[in-house]
Amino acid sequence: MTFATPRQVFSLFEADVRTRNRNAAERRFRLYGVIAITISMLALALLLFTVLDNGLGAFRQTFIEIKVPLDPARLDPSGTRDVEAMKKVTTIGYGKVIQAGLVATLAEAGIATDDSSVRDVFNLISKEAPAQLRNRVLANPDLIGTTIDFRAFASGRVDGYFKGRVSMASAELDSNISPAQLAIADEMKAKGLMGLHFNWDFILGPDASELRPEAAGLGVAIIGSAYMMLIVLVLSLPLGVAASIYLEEFAPTNRWTDLIEVNIANLAAVPSIVFGILGLAIFINFAGLPQSAPIVGGLVLTLMTLPTIIISTRASLKSVPPSIRDAALGVGASKMQTIFHHVLPLAMPGILTGTIIGLAQALGETAPLLLIGMVAFVRDFPASPPEGFFDPASALPVQVYNFTQRADPAFVERASGAIIVLLVFLLVMNAVAIILRRRFERRW
Amino acid sequence: MSVGLLLLIVIAVAALGYGLGRRRALASVQGDLRRLHSLPGYYGQSVFILTAAPALLVMLAWLLIQPLVIENHVISTIAPGSIADGSSTSLVLSDVRRMAGGLDALVARSSLSEGDIAALDANSTDVRGRLAEVGVALASDVDPAVFETAKAYRLILRTALLIMTTVVVAVTLAGLFFSLSRIRPDYRARNVSERAVIALLIASSFVAVMTTVGIVCSLVFETWHFFRLYSPEGFFFSTVWNPQFRGGSDLGIWPLVWGTLYVSFIALLVSVPIGLLAAIYLAEYASKTVRAVVKPAIEILAGIPTIVYGLFALITVGPFLRDYFAAPLGIGSSSSSVMTAGLVMGIMLIPFVSSLSDDIINAVPQSMRDGSFGLGATQSETVKQVILPAALPGIVGAILLAASRAIGETMIVVLGAGAAAKLSLNPFEAMTTITVKIVSQLTGDTEFGSPETLVAFALGLTLFVFTLALNVVALYVVRKYREQYE
Repeated sequence: MTFATPRQVFSLFEADVRTRNRNAAERRFRLYGVIAITISMLALALLLFTVLDNGLGAFRQTFIEIKVPLDPARLDPSGTRDVEAMKKVTTIGYGKVIQAGLVATLAEAGIATDDSSVRDVFNLISKEAPAQLRNRVLANPDLIGTTIDFRAFASGRVDGYFKGRVSMASAELDSNISPAQLAIADEMKAKGLMGLHFNWDFILGPDASELRPEAAGLGVAIIGSAYMMLIVLVLSLPLGVAASIYLEEFAPTNRWTDLIEVNIANLAAVPSIVFGILGLAIFINFAGLPQSAPIVGGLVLTLMTLPTIIISTRASLKSVPPSIRDAALGVGASKMQTIFHHVLPLAMPGILTGTIIGLAQALGETAPLLLIGMVAFVRDFPASPPEGFFDPASALPVQVYNFTQRADPAFVERASGAIIVLLVFLLVMNAVAIILRRRFERRW
Repeated sequence: MSVGLLLLIVIAVAALGYGLGRRRALASVQGDLRRLHSLPGYYGQSVFILTAAPALLVMLAWLLIQPLVIENHVISTIAPGSIADGSSTSLVLSDVRRMAGGLDALVARSSLSEGDIAALDANSTDVRGRLAEVGVALASDVDPAVFETAKAYRLILRTALLIMTTVVVAVTLAGLFFSLSRIRPDYRARNVSERAVIALLIASSFVAVMTTVGIVCSLVFETWHFFRLYSPEGFFFSTVWNPQFRGGSDLGIWPLVWGTLYVSFIALLVSVPIGLLAAIYLAEYASKTVRAVVKPAIEILAGIPTIVYGLFALITVGPFLRDYFAAPLGIGSSSSSVMTAGLVMGIMLIPFVSSLSDDIINAVPQSMRDGSFGLGATQSETVKQVILPAALPGIVGAILLAASRAIGETMIVVLGAGAAAKLSLNPFEAMTTITVKIVSQLTGDTEFGSPETLVAFALGLTLFVFTLALNVVALYVVRKYREQYE
């Protein structure tokens, strides 16, 4: 404001230039804020949209319905229905049975096939199908001699065709599929022999090799993740609560406890991959625990989760008002009794909320698990605990990473589908945490 | 008898001790509780603790020391002649261990008795084939002398386990009788039990310290190994990163540091303005309803695992940037680039920056705002000229924390930044970071003793030092600032 213009007239109804500028600046600033928030919301929406758009397809899979006559001469040459003897028949033998069934099924449906197209049609079926049929027959030898309805995976390319990933034009250039095969697939779909169905094997089945994206599932990864979460919960909750009680209620203020506090604050910010290095060097190389085992993953994630749990537990212990402690001490309880009988139960909802959020973080952690060998390709389900903790397993986020490293574009869909499963688990955990907080947390 | 069973026995005896101790305390006062110093349960607890704790400690110490002693003994019995060329004592030792495990498995499958094992002779029988039956695959044929050592090792282990069992059971029982004999009405059982609980609590808070010690030790130790195989000058002063499987690699850290800093810089360039402005808007302008919707939504971004961001970079952002920016402008043809990783990492850091800044802005006292409004400042002038300067140290702390996150982030750069170690200014080119190289050097099928693998530990140590320094400074700044207004 200058004093050189004494005759300037101020009007309350008409803003002068300077006021208008200031108001414009105000509006601009507000707009920046709105833009920033819009960008973050858009990013969130785009992220979720990408994952859902790419991944929902993974839950539905193209299946081929075939009536397969289980020829005893081929599948059980000894005729004894002895499982050990039947194991000698390899998947190639089962492939021939499926092919025979396929020809018959197609003939019945009135789809013309000659010798060359039979091979083509057979290639529409996943390479995994003979193994599936073999497992089914070995599990129930009485099926031999009957004709069963067999629902086989269609190959990855056929599945991609029905999901829009593969087109006639791209099939022209593809050595794995030809337009003629896709035409047959269309015809089979029209006759109801082929169609998209919900695919439980994606959630429950084991991983499959690089060439069979249609059969790849998350079963082993889900079990591995569940085992690790169990270990993390069992170890980190008691350890974290005990450490917090000591630091919050008993620790004298001296250099030593100061060191522990700084240490915990720093541990919470150490990059996760460093914990992976720790796991590799200490648990695997030094202590000799097996690679890719849930026990190692669980231990590493426990150490990572511990600071989170300690920080939230201390906050909820702190929020219990001193009057509770005073009252308990006043009627003659010892300090230990006060804490374990009164303070801790009142702090429990907050502690559990913090624990669940820590677990959710641990569930999504990938980098440290890569270093302790969880990237290995694991097809066998781990045994039940406790032995299963030492068996090789995968983990959900690592499985996502594994899928992204494979060449076939069908695995992009699988990876996104796996993320949906992961996000559903996280959503459930966080919902539980919120419900716990809403229902049980007291405001003093 | 296995270690697990022994553990169960100790705990069972201690649990029995709990009941006995409680009973004995009650009996000592003929059921008149008032004459006891502590509640009867505490007498039980004191017995439990004095029974289990010494026994478990002995067991733990035994299990830690036993391998060292026995292996030293075994090494001294291995004749130097039976260590083949290109092999080492530790390799022979691990063979011995695996053979002993295989023999145990053979016995467990009851295809052999103990006598058969003693009679097994590597010269006459196909030991390798027998062991392969139980899943112990040996690289070469078995040296008879080593096989004899394995048999001896197995026997020593069995004896040691037997002695340990005896000692532990003896300690357990001694503890039980000692603690039971101490129970009198005026025995301060509660103090004993509470002291034990305190010890347990202190031990738990020690785990966090041990984790740090473990991290530092493993990093420093393996880095030291690395620098014995590879010159520190080559690591710190070379600008070429080119690992070779056959040796003769160039392992200069600078291309990796450059990639890391470049990606982090772009990530901060994205996240700091957006996060900060969002925080200011939420703290100063937003109505309650907007805040109630937007704040949790931004926090969802923070709860999404980094692998999801990685996939987002890989399948959406990368191809988009390549097709619409890099390729038309002719400045890059790869979908993984510094820009891709930086942008996505920036999105990941938005909630981090915004929630920290939100806390800090809210901590600025209302009186400062009121003073500014009272002088006629508009809201944005208040924010820019009063609140931000007051909150600046805290915001700087938040940015430093975000930077440390960005430097240590792994999955986004693994999937989004690429694997080529380059020193280039073009953000649309693929570059690589320290974390990417840690993953790639440690997940391949490389031999553990080679510099190409061990370099990952040196990289890890560098990363740890970097982030630790940032964190310490940031925490210091934030803490200092909080004190200012409290």
